[in-house]
Amino acid sequence: MGMLFSLVAVIALAAIAFIGVKLGLLGLFGIILPYLAIIVFLAGFIMKVVKWGKSPVPFHIPTTCGQQKSLPWIKQNKLDNPSSTLGVIGRMALEILLFRSLFRNLKTDMKDGKVIYGSNKWLWLGSLAFHLSFFVVLVRHLRFFTEPVPGWVNMIDAVDGFMQMGVPHLLMTGVVLLAAGGYLFLRRVFNQQVRYISLAADYFPLFLIIGVALSGILMRYFIKVDIVKVKELTMGLATLNVSVPEGIGVIFFIHLFLISVLFAYFPFSKLMHLGGIFLSPTRNLVNNSREVRHVNPWNPEVHVHTYEEYEDEFRELMKEEGIPVEKE
Amino acid sequence: MANKPKPDELLSNINYKPPRTQWTDTPVEFKKGYYCYAGRPNNLEYISLPHGRKWSSTDDDWQLVDNWKEIFLEGMENLLKKFRSFRLFMDICVRCGACADKCHFFIGTGDPKNMPVLRAELLRSIYRRYFTISGKLGKIAGARDLTEDVFKELWYYSYQCTECRRCSVFCPYGIDTAEITMMARELINLLGCCTDWISGPLANCYRTGNHLGLQPHTIKSNFEYMVDDLEEFTGVRVEPTFNRKGAELLFVTPSADFFAEPGMFTCMGYLLLFHKLGLDYTWSTYASEGGNFGLFTSNEMMKRINSKIYAEAKRLGVKWILGGECGHMWRVLHQYMDTMNGPADFLEEPVSPITGTKFENAKSTKMVHITEFTADLIKNGKLKFDKSRNDHIIPTFHDSCNTSRGMGLFEEPRYVINSVCNQFHEMPENTIREQTFCCGSGSGLNAGEIEELRLLGGLPRANAVKYVKEKNGVNMLSCICAIDRAVLPPLVDYWVGDVDVCGVHELVGNALIMEEGEKREIDLRGEPLPGMEEKEEED
Repeated sequence: MGMLFSLVAVIALAAIAFIGVKLGLLGLFGIILPYLAIIVFLAGFIMKVVKWGKSPVPFHIPTTCGQQKSLPWIKQNKLDNPSSTLGVIGRMALEILLFRSLFRNLKTDMKDGKVIYGSNKWLWLGSLAFHLSFFVVLVRHLRFFTEPVPGWVNMIDAVDGFMQMGVPHLLMTGVVLLAAGGYLFLRRVFNQQVRYISLAADYFPLFLIIGVALSGILMRYFIKVDIVKVKELTMGLATLNVSVPEGIGVIFFIHLFLISVLFAYFPFSKLMHLGGIFLSPTRNLVNNSREVRHVNPWNPEVHVHTYEEYEDEFRELMKEEGIPVEKE
Repeated sequence: MANKPKPDELLSNINYKPPRTQWTDTPVEFKKGYYCYAGRPNNLEYISLPHGRKWSSTDDDWQLVDNWKEIFLEGMENLLKKFRSFRLFMDICVRCGACADKCHFFIGTGDPKNMPVLRAELLRSIYRRYFTISGKLGKIAGARDLTEDVFKELWYYSYQCTECRRCSVFCPYGIDTAEITMMARELINLLGCCTDWISGPLANCYRTGNHLGLQPHTIKSNFEYMVDDLEEFTGVRVEPTFNRKGAELLFVTPSADFFAEPGMFTCMGYLLLFHKLGLDYTWSTYASEGGNFGLFTSNEMMKRINSKIYAEAKRLGVKWILGGECGHMWRVLHQYMDTMNGPADFLEEPVSPITGTKFENAKSTKMVHITEFTADLIKNGKLKFDKSRNDHIIPTFHDSCNTSRGMGLFEEPRYVINSVCNQFHEMPENTIREQTFCCGSGSGLNAGEIEELRLLGGLPRANAVKYVKEKNGVNMLSCICAIDRAVLPPLVDYWVGDVDVCGVHELVGNALIMEEGEKREIDLRGEPLPGMEEKEEED
């Protein structure tokens, strides 16, 4: 149900952009909605992070994934069980840039009464390809918002198109993004456990991103648009000097509208894992809770059963056994 | 269980195919052998948990208070404000499913709601409905109204999680189901729905200082048995002291270590070691429990139970605290105690009185793990061992969830074992260290009425033991946890057979040379040491 709903929703969004442009609402789809989306994205993102930040971390709960720092002659695992801020930075960098934890992934199964484990790096590879290519695609798009285009953006473009196939050159990351998105979708469908847990909120952003990639690829290689006019529009957006030139193909507005929806949807969705991962207390804390006291800002006052109460109840028994007491 | 199903029967029931109906439309079925008995009103009252009453989880009417929904949702809001982990883990899960087959309860039962992600979704669906904007869209947004059925389902699955944190190792964001289960149980406790097996030991611990409800004279007489046995087995008479002011160290261990086998053998190991060292230490009858059932009840309960350790250390005037072999206990001591009941500025930074080693990693909390302490002694050559006394034992080592994933104590116990045994074999790498599997009975699930669930939860662990038994002839599963010592024997008995369970310090006690030229013909279990009688004849 969630899958169908999401698919229909994304197709409907593309159709809305199509009809809107045909109705001549270029200002709405070319200027107003993109700006609104950016505002919602930034405000929503910040508000969410502030909300997380407002809840304190009362206890020191890193998940330790390697040998602790204890006696000097025991070799510590400084990245999976960091005892210093530098170690935590390393751990977080591995997690955020290379998906360290997903790299541990295993497939567990049961065969003839035996639990068996197999290496299963596909999810790691698929996700890394998906995120990395998405990131490069995003950076590449800076050339639409800068003039002159910085050298390093051109260089990324050149590296991305190093195979020099076709005109314009095929950019790998677009293809990889589409392929990895496709893998993540198929995994959701064909892995029975993953299918069982999947919600509309899982399919919708995936379809949306696939839609963005697809419309982008269509625009670059197949249904060409006037790239000079596109840049005129995007530069206008970037410099707050807006205008919508006539004659940009409708596919561009579909692409732009899907991106706008993605940005506006972002802060209210699971996509916020982008911000959340930095704050995860099982990953971003130094494992030094016996060395440095962690303070809980709301440490509650509680009733305790004091020694005096204990001795009052058991004094006679203790005396009989020769256990020392405070009051004879 | 009077008619325990055979292993093959249990195995044949495991099916990983999810039901045809969506999980939100699949009502929970309370299966016998999978749910705990309800907590008794007198126990709840003793530890000030509200709304105690006579009830059973199989009743149609749980007799929840009229405004239970308000209490639950207010409680949830409160916890969201207090715990960043909770709010964050409610928001950022992408349902990638990496955690799904990492949970021992999922592997053992095949129940999709035992996938960590789905266990969390039980609570997340309520969170979305009441605490997010998109959740107002209802079912399509993955939101659910809080109904009695939804609450019952949450209860059922909150007590099918041992808070072992294995899923959190594999989660790309470190989402920790233990945190989520803890929050769920906090909410459950606001409505008086604690289980009997948790609230009973809590009430005991609050009153007598230990889960088993051992009163001071019983503790002392239990020790007398052990001391007599030790003298018979080793010829050494040890003299433990209790509640002794002015001792240098306070020693705290789970009470099961001086109550039941095989924990008592571990305790004999401690006694021999401390006697050999001439350690100036004392036991306490007031702080006679290392374990802490509050950890899986509520943060306040954890603090109340834990308070006795520092309070007693202060009253007795010791310098620092040494802690025995225990899992949950060390999660609390390492990650919570100092925060809750510290700062321990009345104690000194721990220094081994024998080797002079400073335990830098414990300088604030001032509590040292016994394997850290013993490993240091061995490294500094302060102990002599006759390893051959453990030659009848071929051990492997079970990493406890809490010391592994909430501490990272891996090499210390291994160093100790290898120093006192000639043989040692590791279980497969996906089942040890940070990837270790739970015994299946942690976080207050060691209840007789859920034996079937526990056997299934312990299956991955038992399977790994079977593997090294068949491959390497392993006959001893060593561990550093009292729950393990209590539950692993029946578990391996059921799935594996002919493998015993011991604490690491039992092995230490066996091999430890108390004085030059001493002869030992029996081990700490009172069993003859193979080969030793022959040696005597040769002499």
